[in-house]
Amino acid sequence: MGEKVQLIIDGKRTDGRTPDEMRDIRIEAGILKEADGSSYIEWGGNKIICGVYGPRECIPRHGASPYHAIVKCRYMMSPFASLEEHGRSGPSRRSVELSKVIRETFENLILVEKFPNTQIDLFIDVLQANGGTRTASITAATVALVNAGIPMKDMVSAVAVGKADDTLVLDLNKAEDNQGQSDMPLAISHKDKKLLLVQMDGLLTKEEIAKMVDMADKGCEQLHEMQSAGLKGVYEQEGKKLEW
Amino acid sequence: MVIIMGEETKDIIMSTIRRDVMKGTLQSGVRFDGRAFDEYRKIEIQKSVIKTAEGSAVANIGNTKVLAAVKFDIMTPFPDRPGLGVFITNAEHLPTASSSFEPGPPREESIEMARVVDRAIRSAECIDLESFFIEKDKVLGLFIDLYVLDHTGNYTDTANIAATAALLDTKMPKLEDGAIIRGEYTGPLKVSSLPISTTMVKVDDYWLVDPSRDEELIQETVLTIGTTEKHVCSMQKGRGAVTKDELLNGIDIAFKSGNDIRKVLKG
Repeated sequence: MGEKVQLIIDGKRTDGRTPDEMRDIRIEAGILKEADGSSYIEWGGNKIICGVYGPRECIPRHGASPYHAIVKCRYMMSPFASLEEHGRSGPSRRSVELSKVIRETFENLILVEKFPNTQIDLFIDVLQANGGTRTASITAATVALVNAGIPMKDMVSAVAVGKADDTLVLDLNKAEDNQGQSDMPLAISHKDKKLLLVQMDGLLTKEEIAKMVDMADKGCEQLHEMQSAGLKGVYEQEGKKLEW
Repeated sequence: MVIIMGEETKDIIMSTIRRDVMKGTLQSGVRFDGRAFDEYRKIEIQKSVIKTAEGSAVANIGNTKVLAAVKFDIMTPFPDRPGLGVFITNAEHLPTASSSFEPGPPREESIEMARVVDRAIRSAECIDLESFFIEKDKVLGLFIDLYVLDHTGNYTDTANIAATAALLDTKMPKLEDGAIIRGEYTGPLKVSSLPISTTMVKVDDYWLVDPSRDEELIQETVLTIGTTEKHVCSMQKGRGAVTKDELLNGIDIAFKSGNDIRKVLKG
């Protein structure tokens, strides 16, 4: 996996965290005026904005279903989101795949049967990236959907667990994502603890995966608190400005 | 009611009667086509089918057929991996293969399949990308192209088998002054492990390995787990939800069927 970089020194990670410690996270809801629901998340060096529109008329019309709403998701990474070169605008293979898995996460939760012939649009824009954007996106998108008043069975939080220098670590940063041995992003529903997003690369044993699911579960518990606090914040401070 | 969503809305609509009969047979412990829950359809592999590629294979699982071809090119390495060769996987779902595939730029199912197969092979570290280094700013690039030719369910596993078989069939091109001499080879590509994915779907409370097209249309959850001889090397959940226990149980299933398929691959 490329150049060998030491990721764990004296039990501490490159950013000073312990293996089971999350990065600093801030979630705000209702930050956009025009969208039906919105959210903003700052997670480590990630800055992501989410907007929800709908349920609204399904376009194209032939894509509509008389039985349920169609959930559409567009995850996009801005060309200036990474420290490296200027990226390409528009969808990449990566963003197409992530849009699909994020959509499939929320198809489990949204009560789509309530809105036949409509679509619900979930737009996720990654403005600044530092590893773990898909999990941060899911965490933020849940807040935006709730903020839009879309009925859902449950809320979901997501975090990546991985392996770096043979240590299992929660909430991978960019270095651990790129240079580490393994990466497993998971989304876990709050009430029934179902795994709604499961992806993995790298080499792991079954025992390691079992431990990592438990680590992610603990992380998701913390995230749920922050999501709830973010949602409550909308009603505490009407009309406040977004602080970057 | 089974809800078919998103891109799949355009897909074949299965009659309620057929769906109920299929679910009914599951309760009696067999699948609609007579297979056991953990049974694959017949797997067949034919190598060296494309003479213009450095390696190739056609894999069949039942009637699902995927062609994988390996080509080499001289490439510039990625800036963050200057000493490593390049490895790229592409997938085409040919409109020939199914009424649900359309001509045009790759859609999300093609992109996902390519990325899932890519991830399994890359994570397994079965190809030594360091050995693809030629000189500064010059490396070998290995392309795997996956062509789904006939789709009767589970193209992901079929593509993974085809890709791994094509790698086993691949001959290293002869290099002279940093250029590839086409048609001349120096020996086989070294493949140190055999990544194989196992796809399983949940219908009612049953997990079915290697879903047929009919089963895919009524699936509630789909899970693909890639394994090597010793490790899990990739996972991807599509539609639906899994519990932790289902995931761990799925890993056991994936090792079991992965090992069976590896035996077929070794011939």
